[in-house]
Amino acid sequence: MIIPPRPKARDHKAGLQSLQRRLLLRGGLSIGALTLLTGCNLEDDDAVDRLLTRISRMNDRAQAALFSGSRLAPEYQAADITDPFPFNAYYPEERAPTIDGGNWRLELGGMIGERAPWTLAQLHALPSVSQITRHICIEGWSAVGQWGGVRLSDFLQRIGADTRAEYVSFRCADDYSTSIDMATALHPQTILATTFRGTTLPRAYGFPIKLRVPTKLGFKNPKYIVAMTVTNEYPGGFWEKYGYNWFSGL
Amino acid sequence: MSRPNRVHPLTVRLTHWLNAVAISVLLTSGLTIYNASPLFDFSFPASITLGGWLGGALAWHFAAMWLLVANFLVMLGFGLLSGHLRRRLLPIRPRDFARDLWLALTFRLPHQTGVYNAVQRLMYLGVLAAILLVIASGLALWKPVQLQWLSALFGGYEASRRVHFVAMSAIAAFIIVHLALVAIVPSTLIAMLTGGRMPHPHKGTPT
Repeated sequence: MIIPPRPKARDHKAGLQSLQRRLLLRGGLSIGALTLLTGCNLEDDDAVDRLLTRISRMNDRAQAALFSGSRLAPEYQAADITDPFPFNAYYPEERAPTIDGGNWRLELGGMIGERAPWTLAQLHALPSVSQITRHICIEGWSAVGQWGGVRLSDFLQRIGADTRAEYVSFRCADDYSTSIDMATALHPQTILATTFRGTTLPRAYGFPIKLRVPTKLGFKNPKYIVAMTVTNEYPGGFWEKYGYNWFSGL
Repeated sequence: MSRPNRVHPLTVRLTHWLNAVAISVLLTSGLTIYNASPLFDFSFPASITLGGWLGGALAWHFAAMWLLVANFLVMLGFGLLSGHLRRRLLPIRPRDFARDLWLALTFRLPHQTGVYNAVQRLMYLGVLAAILLVIASGLALWKPVQLQWLSALFGGYEASRRVHFVAMSAIAAFIIVHLALVAIVPSTLIAMLTGGRMPHPHKGTPT
């Protein structure tokens, strides 16, 4: 999700370089930080890193407390839809996976009663809902889109998932991954989207399924999902391990 | 806590410096966040940004926001309850403001320890208002769904981004003028560290 609508090559490059950093901040201290830390031993930036990580975990809890399972994200009119809707990933659009819908299966794991993989046809047979909501990127930009599909809460119930578990995590065909809290997974606007603007989800937007969560930042809306796990063990995610806040609620 | 002969009570000094730390972190990390998806046709040079990349900047930003808010509440609470804000910053009469502004622009406005001229009064009230605005618009950006009434108050998510930027710019402009004035009258920096001393003890007040 990290690439803006018309990607600026330099931003993309900076993003990739940052990925090579093992730590949130090592090598990332600039003049601003030097000014602040004057008199401190800069070798200690691991300690700063640990402190910021701890505050980020505290922010996860603060956001979970602020989250309401019934408060809906604002919905928009068809005329408000951003056209063209931006493509976002950690790679350019040409490298987006091409998936054969007929062969695709959704693998299920963890605290789930019926773990048999699901086909696209099975998913299409479930009741479907639609929403026009604002996708907000962690970079700051936003875009309005229309997604349709199965409520995740319905699906979780259908497969006998233990909804007392803490996390639902997703693995994707492009090696992306992320995870969300159970309260958000059960929110009525959290859907396994199979359509965009009323037609089959295009490849650029995550065919065959994308998790649409209008109560979270864009990077918590994984595309090209191939596996879902219900678990009590913190699953993290692709961007989360580089330091993006895990909850990232809106 | 506040002695009558001090220019700046201890609470004012403590909250001033904590505020300075919080705002420095928020401003410099905010510029990194801005650069990730610039609202306007320009970006900020990396040399004045904090965090190194978007993830680092956001970690700083969402840590320092707690310090800014908590400290601002103490600062404002003390200022209102003790009468410090009213005594130092009010009244501001338009005629005084026009006179002092003219004197300031012609470099003839004298510095009086412990007494703020009308231009200073308006600037200090203005920056307090800008901090309040930057906090409110920041909350609207952070929680556009959970606090959607606040987001709607600013005209929605995209409008909140602009309000947040304008409020930040107002604070940055204040800092530039504020630091320039401290450079012109360096004794004010000492007073903000030590508390300073009023030139004449208040009449009838035991010292």
